[in-house]
Parts: sequence; C-alpha cells; structure tokens
Amino acid sequence: MLQFILRRIAISALIMFLGSVLMYVLTINSGDPLQDLRESRAENRDQLMAARTENMGLDDPWWQRYLGWFTGVSRCFVLQCDLGTARDGADVNNLLLSSAGASLRLVTIATFLAIFIGVALGVLSAIRQYSGFDYTITFAAFLFYSLPVFWAAVLLKDFGAIRFNNWIADPAVSITVTALVALLFALAVASVLGGSLRRQVVTGLVTFAVVFGLVFAFDQVQWWVQPALGLPLIIVGAVAALGFMLVMTVGLSNRKVTYAGLVTIALGLVSYFVTGPILDDPSGWLVILALTAVTVVVGLAVGWVMGGYERRTAMTVSVGTALGMAFLIFMDKLLRGWAGFLELAGNRPVSTIGENRIIPERFEGDFWEGIFNWGVQLVLPTIVLTLISIASYSRYTRGSMLETINQDYIRTARSKGLSDRVVFTKHALRNALIPITTIVAFDFASLLGGAVITETIFGWRGLGAMFRLGLDTVDPNPVMAYYLVAGGAAVIMNMLADIAYASLDPRIRR
Amino acid sequence: MTDNHRPDDPEHTPAASSVEEVYSVEKQIDLSQKSYSQGQLVRRRFFRHRGAMVSLFVLVFITVMAFTSIGYGLIPSWWDKTFYDAGAAVDGGRPTMQLWPFQIGEHPFGQDTIGKDYFALTMRGTQRSLIVAFTVGLLSTVIGTLIGAIAGFFRGWVEAILMRVTDLFIIIPLLVLAAVVGKMASGIWWLALMLSLLTWTGLARLVRGEVLSLREREFVTAAEAIGTGPWRIIFKHILPNTIGTIIVSATLAIAATILLESALSFLGYGVRAPDTSLGLLISTYQNAFLTRPWLFWWPGLMILGIALSVNFLGDGLRDAFDPRQNRTAD
Repeated sequence: MLQFILRRIAISALIMFLGSVLMYVLTINSGDPLQDLRESRAENRDQLMAARTENMGLDDPWWQRYLGWFTGVSRCFVLQCDLGTARDGADVNNLLLSSAGASLRLVTIATFLAIFIGVALGVLSAIRQYSGFDYTITFAAFLFYSLPVFWAAVLLKDFGAIRFNNWIADPAVSITVTALVALLFALAVASVLGGSLRRQVVTGLVTFAVVFGLVFAFDQVQWWVQPALGLPLIIVGAVAALGFMLVMTVGLSNRKVTYAGLVTIALGLVSYFVTGPILDDPSGWLVILALTAVTVVVGLAVGWVMGGYERRTAMTVSVGTALGMAFLIFMDKLLRGWAGFLELAGNRPVSTIGENRIIPERFEGDFWEGIFNWGVQLVLPTIVLTLISIASYSRYTRGSMLETINQDYIRTARSKGLSDRVVFTKHALRNALIPITTIVAFDFASLLGGAVITETIFGWRGLGAMFRLGLDTVDPNPVMAYYLVAGGAAVIMNMLADIAYASLDPRIRR
Repeated sequence: MTDNHRPDDPEHTPAASSVEEVYSVEKQIDLSQKSYSQGQLVRRRFFRHRGAMVSLFVLVFITVMAFTSIGYGLIPSWWDKTFYDAGAAVDGGRPTMQLWPFQIGEHPFGQDTIGKDYFALTMRGTQRSLIVAFTVGLLSTVIGTLIGAIAGFFRGWVEAILMRVTDLFIIIPLLVLAAVVGKMASGIWWLALMLSLLTWTGLARLVRGEVLSLREREFVTAAEAIGTGPWRIIFKHILPNTIGTIIVSATLAIAATILLESALSFLGYGVRAPDTSLGLLISTYQNAFLTRPWLFWWPGLMILGIALSVNFLGDGLRDAFDPRQNRTAD
C-alpha cells in the first residue's frame, strides 16, 4: 500500500511539472502584455513599456522566465515560497493566501455534497428502475448536464438572492405554495419507497399531511425569520439517523445494536443541556472540533459496552447516530443565530456580490452569526456547482449499480435467502461504488474550472478571479499560482480516490 | 445474417432439392421472423427511440432556422432584418411573438438595448455555436480515434504520451486550458481548431481500450497470418468494430463543446465582439435581467435546447448500438 501511494506521488509530481511548463508557455504566449500601454497616450509611454519589459523579463527567452518562476516555487520545500509578483507589483503570495480559502471551501463542499446526493439518487433510481422516480431523475440529470453553468448562475442570483431578500422582508407562504411543496414531497417519497399502489397512495397521503402541517406551522410561528429546531425535531432527526444507520448495517430487528443506538440518543439529549451554555457562544471552531471528538469517543464507548458479540457494528451505529445528533444540535444552535444575522444584514441577508455578506473587518456578530456571514454567500454558488456534478454522479452510479445488480454473485446472494436490504447494502452498493471513485478526480478538476465561472458571476475575489486577472494581463505569475493550487488539490483528491478505490476493492491492494 | 437467401422474399428462397430438408426448418423460422443486418438493427432501434427522434427534430429545426433565417455564405436569408442594424424600438423592445392568438410580429424575440433585432442576433449566435460545436465534434473525433487506435495497436511511446496527456487534464481544468488557448485564437475557425486539440483525449482513451481487447481476437490474428499490414488491420478490421463508441462519443463531444464554447465566450475568451455568440449575448445582457429579461432568456434557452437535444441523441445512439446497457428485456 505504501509503495502504491509513493508511486502515485512520483507520477503526480512529474505530471505537475509537465503541466506547469505547458501552462507557463501557453500563458505567456496568450497575448501582448504591453497592449494597454501601446494604446495609451501617456507621455512617458516608452519609459513605462521599458520598465514593464524589465520587470516581467519580457525580453528573456521563455525557459529563462520559467526557470525564474520555478526557482521561486521550488523554495517551497524549505518553506520559503516565492510565487513572484503580479504585473502591478502585488505580491502573488498574499494574493493567493487571500483568495484560496474561499474558493477551496466552495469546491470542497460542492464535491462532497455532489458525491453524497448524486450517489444516493443514483442508487435509488437503480433500485426503482423504470419507476416514475427513475424517469424523473434521469430527465433531470440530462437537463442539468445540458445546463450552461453561467446562465443557471445568473438565474439563481436573481431568484435566490434578489427575490429571496424581498421575500424574507415579509415572509409568508401561501396555502397554494404549501400544498405544492407538500405534493412534491409526497410524490417523491411515495415513488422512492415503492410497494403496491395502495401502499404508495398511503405513504403519499401521510407525507403530504406531515409536510403540509410542518410548513403551515413554520409559517404560523414565523420560523423563516426566527428558525430553530428545538428538542422535538432534534429527537425525531436523531431517531431517523439511527434508523438509517441500522438499515445500512444490521436491520431494525437487531435488539442489541438498537439499544446501543437508543442509549446514544439519550446521552446526546443529556449533552444537549450540559453543553448548551458552551455552545451558546463558542470561542471558535476548536471548541466545535473538540466536542465532535468527545461525541465520537462517547459513541464508541456506548457501542463497546452495549454491543456484546456484535461490538463492531454497535460501535459503528452508535458513532453514526451520535454524529448525526451532534450535527442536529449544531444546526439548532446555528439556526438560532439567523435572527441576529438578519438584523445585522439589514433584513437583506443575501448579497449578489462577494464571498462575505459583510466584510469580516466590519462584522460584529457572534460565532453563529459569523457562520451565516460567509455561509449565506456560499449557498448559491454551491447549488450551481453541485447541480451539474450531481447529474453526472447520479448517472454513473445508476449505470454502475444496475450492472452490479445483474451480476451472478447478486443472484447467489438472493438465492441463499438474504433480504433485499442486505443484498443492496452489503453486496451491491460496495461493488457499485468502485468505478465511481475514479470519476471523483475528473469531476473535481471540472468543478475547479466551473468555479472560475461562478466566482465571476457571484463576484468572489477567489482563485478564479486571480486566474482571470493573470490571463487578462498576460501575466504568468497569478495564473501559475492558480495552477499550483488547482493542480495540488486535484492531485490530493486523486490520491484520496485511489486510496478509497484500494479500500473498496481488495484486488488492487498490492 | 449468415443466410445467403432473402428471408423477407419467399420467392427467392433456393428450392434446391438436395438441401431442401436442411432449409425447411430454417424456412419456418425465417418466414415468421425477418432477419436484419447489424446496421439495420441499430437503425431500427434508433428510430424507435422516442426521445432521440424528438431531439433530432428539434436539432434539425434549430439548425435549419439558424442557417436560413439570416443566411450563411451562399444560403439566402428569409428574415428581413440583420444582426448588426439597429432599428426604432417597437413597444420598448419587448418580444412581439405571441402564442395565442399566434403572431410573429416585427421583432419576435424583442430588441436589444440599442434596437437591434434580437431574433437575428440570437440566430447569428446559434450559427457560431453550431459551427464551433460540429467542427470540434468532427475534428476531435478524428484525432481521438487515430491516436487511440495507434496507442492501442502499437502501444509504445504513443500510448505513454496519450496516458500522460490524459493525466494532465485531471490536473488542469479543461475550461482553464481552453480559456488560455481561446484567448490566442482569433476567429471561430481557429477557436474550433484549438478546442479540438484539447478535447480528443477522452475518446482516445475509450478507443484505446477497445482496440486493446479487439487486437487479441481471432479475426485479427487471422488477418495477420495472411500478411495484412497493420494499417489495413486497424482501418478495415478493428475500427469498424468500435464505430458505436466513436459515434456516441462524437455526439456527446458536440454537446460538451456547445457548453464549453458558450462558457468561454461568456468569460470573454471565446467568440469576441464584433462577432456574437450565445455565450457572449448572455454575458453582455446579464445585468439587463431585471429590466429586459428576454435578452437573457432566449440565448440561454437556445444553448439549453441544443445541448439537451444533442445529449438525448447521444443517449438514443448508445441504446441503439449497445442495447444491453438500457433494457434487460428487449
């Protein structure tokens, strides 16, 4: 395994080097770096041109310029990176530091969301092949796949930012909209759960009633401006998380593991009150991280004590449930910050420009409101990027899952009497996921490319903006800084995908 | 397919007495069931694919409309306005097209901010996008097929280069590379050529994979045994067996290029003013969305329509060439 990883790193380094040469040469030949000066009427024009030629080394041959850049970058190994300066004299190191965070946050969140949702949709539509749900997902995938990113982004900016701001000023959901939302949910849930027509109608009606009631109640208590989950919803969510974990592992009928999960939920409820004061105003992400670690430890301990001879499964289920519950408690606290954030943002929470609603230097809210400050701005670009990736993930997963379901070993598993649940989760899903891992690497690169577009439209000063600045001024240094981050991130994603591949498919572990 | 008589035409069935008994069994089957060649089967499956047929109609309709309405080269135009002349604003430049009662009116898609006819502008943009997309689809397919076949058949350094170049595209986002080369290219033909040089790798890998397995098959060994040269084997024996992959991939490449080209034009690295393209139109009028939404809707819907129909066509072709992927019982 170590050798496998080392070989991958060596190849990646070589590719990174070749790619950097290619990018550098293409960029410096992509236009005339003196264009703006040639057209200017300034009196000291010639002087300016000479100065720029001198600064950027325009008279040097390409390899000499590249070598200069490469020497600066190779000092990274002794932790003294020098990425050069941009044409206007700005230090690219600083430029990169200020822009990389927001972009990478965007792309990483979009990647994981897309994988999670896309794979889930793909698996569901494969299991319910040729159902209404399957056709809807297939058509939606085609639609999103053919959607011009930039067009969708502008549309979303209008509906998600401008009109949402108008709506939140006086939030009210009409009965018609409530009914429509409930109807959509009902159709989706009924066709996913499947079964006989009678059963589908019953599930649909129940879902409709529940969603209609929820939305109506939310509207009555003005949940949209003062949201919170509250204890009842946290409990419901935690039980749902436990149910999901059980279905994915041993099934609902296993008493020992179920009890372990229930005890975890009980402990989670106790911790909700114990950690309440800490969580009301935590000093930073370190507190959240520490609490998460405690959550995992508690989950493991409960599984260990309660699991008996099924210790391992019980530990997995407990940790999963505990994390799910921790997430719900986190969301509860976060949502309680919304009202304060609305006030800070003057009731127009979503801005159409920038990666923060209020620039951090001027922001005065607490920890939770601070999350909203960048989180709100993250939502729309993430939706744009995720939609398109979801389309490809769901298609690939569906195809891969269908192929797996038709394999002989699945028939064997069924014929020896295993339940659908075990066949799908234990035998089919694991094998169907193997080919997906290779797509992740390609998809991550295209997401980084897509980020260039979304950053332009949503006015982020991120990596994409830096790349465009470099390209527009025919200045290789910002472009190469973009390349280093994008390439490095892609290499790491690729590596993770390879390791995931190896852990899913023992045949290639050599 | 092995029969030398025409099963669909009983009169031509050979009635030679010596082999009559052999045929009698076959005749019963043949008379009740037509038999088809591989190509006929593919064509039948394709024409029965409803989604693909609708998309084919939409695509042909858009293409014919784009090239005849404002004319192209020798093709005469039937639309009386051009995409560069500004006229007086009619009804504040709003679209005059109505569905009920149906009327086209003076400016069916409306007018832009300085009074140019938006229908003509959109058609011009569609032309540009279609030209780039189809050229790239064709060129990159040719390049990809050739390199893939050579890499798969001869292995060696061509294969090594192919694999490393594909690795490059994992590291550098395609859009970024395309932006850099698109900035160099002036005019849509150069743009198309440059984009083709970037987009062939996916198909090359697919073709290489198929050639790798086909070259081990008996018919290739047989061809080699009778002294057939490598190029003849590639073109006459191997490539015809990969035609399904190639056609499907070419279709999907066209859809991907439409999106890539419009994205580049939107960012300003593709088709540039004074010429126009669908991406450029959206980029120019994105801020007019609140005041003149039609300037934003038409080009976007056009891109969506073309890309969607080409993607559906590709799906129909895939089902036609490889029915196993789609339905279990067919």
